[in-house]
Amino acid sequence: MRAPQADAEFLMRDTTSHPAAYTPQYKTSVLRSPRLAPISLQQSLSEVTAPVFDAAELGPLDNDLILNYAKDGMPIGERIIVHGYVHDQLGRPLKNALVEVWQCNASGRYRHKKDTYIGTLDPNFGGCGRMLTDENGYYAYRTIKPGPYPWRNRVNDWRPAHIHYALSGDGWVQRLVTQMYFEGDPLIRSCPILGVAPSEEQIRGLIALQDTGAFVQLDSRAYRFDVVLRGQRATLFENHVQQAAEGERR
Amino acid sequence: MSGWREHRLGLEGPLAAPGGSELVVRRETASQTAGPYVHIGLAPDAAGFDIFENNFGNVLVTDQTKGERIRIEGRVFDGIGTVLKDVLIEIWQANAEGKYAHPADRQPGKAVDPHFRGWGRACTDFESGVYTFDTVKPGPVEGRNGRTMAPHVNAWIVARGINLGLNTRIYFSDEAEANAKDAVLNLIEWEQRRKTLVAERLERKLDSGAAVYRFDIRLQGEGETVFFDV
Repeated sequence: MRAPQADAEFLMRDTTSHPAAYTPQYKTSVLRSPRLAPISLQQSLSEVTAPVFDAAELGPLDNDLILNYAKDGMPIGERIIVHGYVHDQLGRPLKNALVEVWQCNASGRYRHKKDTYIGTLDPNFGGCGRMLTDENGYYAYRTIKPGPYPWRNRVNDWRPAHIHYALSGDGWVQRLVTQMYFEGDPLIRSCPILGVAPSEEQIRGLIALQDTGAFVQLDSRAYRFDVVLRGQRATLFENHVQQAAEGERR
Repeated sequence: MSGWREHRLGLEGPLAAPGGSELVVRRETASQTAGPYVHIGLAPDAAGFDIFENNFGNVLVTDQTKGERIRIEGRVFDGIGTVLKDVLIEIWQANAEGKYAHPADRQPGKAVDPHFRGWGRACTDFESGVYTFDTVKPGPVEGRNGRTMAPHVNAWIVARGINLGLNTRIYFSDEAEANAKDAVLNLIEWEQRRKTLVAERLERKLDSGAAVYRFDIRLQGEGETVFFDV
């Protein structure tokens, strides 16, 4: 066989959708950015396959950050739902994609042994969750809105409120980590990390919009955040193009 | 007629295809760094707390998995040789027969091992900076144009300061003959860089008898690891 099948290949990554590796305004990137050009590979089975996940691997509260670390009460802060769709670049839903999220609590403090920020830990909040998308690429989780916090880049740099995402699709090349921000946050415009995104369009794509239609009355607000992963070529599309090309040659 | 429209993305005015808007190729969501607290989301036990019943970790094998047990271990260095202690690495590999546990792998005559998914994640240790994976040595996999690829493990590296996850491959030093014929290694025109992708089999073995390979990753500077745009 000639691996991979044409229907499994992914569109070439458009690197103009992503930040450069070397971005001095985000100082930590200076010594951690490769200087040499990456080698471009045509995809093989190693790139078009990826781990397949089973709902049985996840626990019933894994997507409920309000309850999944609650010890003797509820975590403090604004209750929100975050939901949206994971599609590929051609608009197809990514089914059964693993979505993992992590964040600080309402005080801007991470439950992590290396975080020493003065903001206080919440005994009832862990700050991580995970879920699989459904057949429409839809995901949803419930959490506490994270707070902003200062960080050592310049002396008065603050991270806007954000939630980290890691996404796994059908192929290894679709793996993506990113961060979701909240509409209206005044820290967005001065964030050196968000600022490395290559364009206004790409920055807008990282900002979740308040979704009043999905509010839970007298309980929680909601934010909508959609993600686009690498597009996968379709057999139909492929055949169509080849036939058209052959037609032109005749 | 429409095959080239996907390359039209971003073109406007006279450069755009006439009337060509049926096929919309959207931009991939922009990557952002995984940050210093990546462990909370992807390895909460490393962050220092217990939350999920089932954690995804760095041991890919069970007692029932088929194949030669190996450990892959190493460290990650920045551009001035500092050992990094906040890196997360994931690997994805074929099983001992050279079969990926995924429906797109239609190689004939090779079976999926029900006791091996082939995926794992590891954090570099907060003190030593060492990461480890306990897995099996993968078999060779059919590559493009019928050319067999030398046994290898795919690796993906994210951390604070890395804006877009880095892809590389881990080959094995005791597969010199297969490595010499591997189409991907041969694509690297700077021959001296190919060795950055070869894990060295050490004399030392684990008590379990598993072979140990060392694979260090250099993000920048002298001996910079080859990363792939895949």
